[in-house]
Amino acid sequence: MSEIFDLPFMQRAVAAGLMVGFLASYYGVFVVQRGMSFLGNGLAHAAFGGVALGLMLGREPLWIAAPFTLIIALAITWVRQRTSLASDTVIGIFFAVSMAAGIIFLSLKKDYSTDAFSYLFGSILAVSTNDLIITGIVLILTMLTLPLWGRWAYATFDRNLAITDRVPVEFDEYLMTALIAVTVVVAVKVVGIVLISAFLVIPAASARLLAKRFAVMTLISVIIGTTSVLAGLSASYLLDFPSGSTIVLIQATIFMVCFLAGRLLRIKAH
Amino acid sequence: MNAINSENLSLTIEGNEVLSDITCQVHEGEFVAVLGPNGAGKSMFLKVLLGLVRPDSGKVTVFGRKPEKVPPEWIGYVPQVKTLDSSFPALAIELVVTGLNHTWQRWISSTAKEAAIAALSEVGAAHLADRPIGALSGGELQRVYLARSFVRKPRLVLLDEPVTGVDTVGEKSFYSLLDDFRHKNKATIIMVTHDWEVATHNACHVMVLNRRLISFGTPAEALCDDCLKRAYGVSITPQTTYCPRNQPDQEDTHV
Repeated sequence: MSEIFDLPFMQRAVAAGLMVGFLASYYGVFVVQRGMSFLGNGLAHAAFGGVALGLMLGREPLWIAAPFTLIIALAITWVRQRTSLASDTVIGIFFAVSMAAGIIFLSLKKDYSTDAFSYLFGSILAVSTNDLIITGIVLILTMLTLPLWGRWAYATFDRNLAITDRVPVEFDEYLMTALIAVTVVVAVKVVGIVLISAFLVIPAASARLLAKRFAVMTLISVIIGTTSVLAGLSASYLLDFPSGSTIVLIQATIFMVCFLAGRLLRIKAH
Repeated sequence: MNAINSENLSLTIEGNEVLSDITCQVHEGEFVAVLGPNGAGKSMFLKVLLGLVRPDSGKVTVFGRKPEKVPPEWIGYVPQVKTLDSSFPALAIELVVTGLNHTWQRWISSTAKEAAIAALSEVGAAHLADRPIGALSGGELQRVYLARSFVRKPRLVLLDEPVTGVDTVGEKSFYSLLDDFRHKNKATIIMVTHDWEVATHNACHVMVLNRRLISFGTPAEALCDDCLKRAYGVSITPQTTYCPRNQPDQEDTHV
């Protein structure tokens, strides 16, 4: 079993997977508690537009997808803060535009390759050293913003209370959305565009079923996010299943266990 | 110094005039109740005082400063309990501690815990400290929010339609807690409410709003029949509701 981690491509996949698992499950607690689960989906499709643009231009897709998704994410936040439109409506518009643009970019590419499929469904074989570097940069940025957890949590609980305590809520929303956008981009290789939103939502939702405090929810979510990647990548290698779907199915199983455990705890408490 | 000074305050939101030409002064140490029909701009007036919304014209100061420049520890804000996100995983004590630290804490220090428990005790809610906020009733949650505002010993307490419920026998009523705090700390209290009884019996001044300032004065002055007619559009003299049980027995009258 342990020999699978001796293979260089598996080492890269595990390193990228652990970092992505940590990032997605950490930001996931804010996404879930702010009712923004659709944001992950929207940004994943924005990433598709960016990846397609990269493929069309013949450049490294993630280097193009990162700024492309970032711009879409900031545009979503900007329009949301300045209109009375619900956030899912705003996300839905940008989602469709990015997807439509992505399809046109791919159609313009002469030698229509299977490359796009590895981005749609994730492929551990595809994780390159370059990908590890980009993921590492996002991880460092996240570590630098860890001290902001308290004020992000405060604004997640009640935006107005946080503003009255002079928390720079608008700035924080841009910063957090930008970090979630780049997290989605770096998750593309391991999980695939189609399943990224599950990666953001399931660990945090499972943690919510067990935790009574937001700090504990964050911790449990990160534990689920990282361990499910390890288990999922091993299973994916041994069973020759696609990595993204295997990890997400393991996360879904953990969600079911948390759901049952949460109900049992509640029954015991009564 | 006045706690609040509002001169010709006007506010328009999405083309609708929400507040128009409001001029009033609230002195330090006063308990002011803000009354008015639904959509009268009462909560919006509080939001202007909190610095959440900027007026389009006119001037508002809180302790002589622009609302957004007032140190947050001077203000204790008690929002409407219906705005609470009950899906957020938190214990009552964590909510109280935000009043001290202006942020959400990963863990609570022993000094913060001590101060939070003291504030909860002050409002008769120490037993709720370790309860999840989603499991609290409206009245319990209101007391926790009150403890959150008291813990920072604010100079001004702003309350948006507190839901007080019926207090348990032996407990101090919500309004006497407010009054005790006001006297002990020489604090100013501004409370948006629909409850006239409370306005009449607890507030030293009443402000009646209906987008414009209808009246401002002692409860007797501000709640005069003419003022209420102008605010609500109808006379609000209490009327007896028809109830068959209270009518003379009809069969008896036939005999």
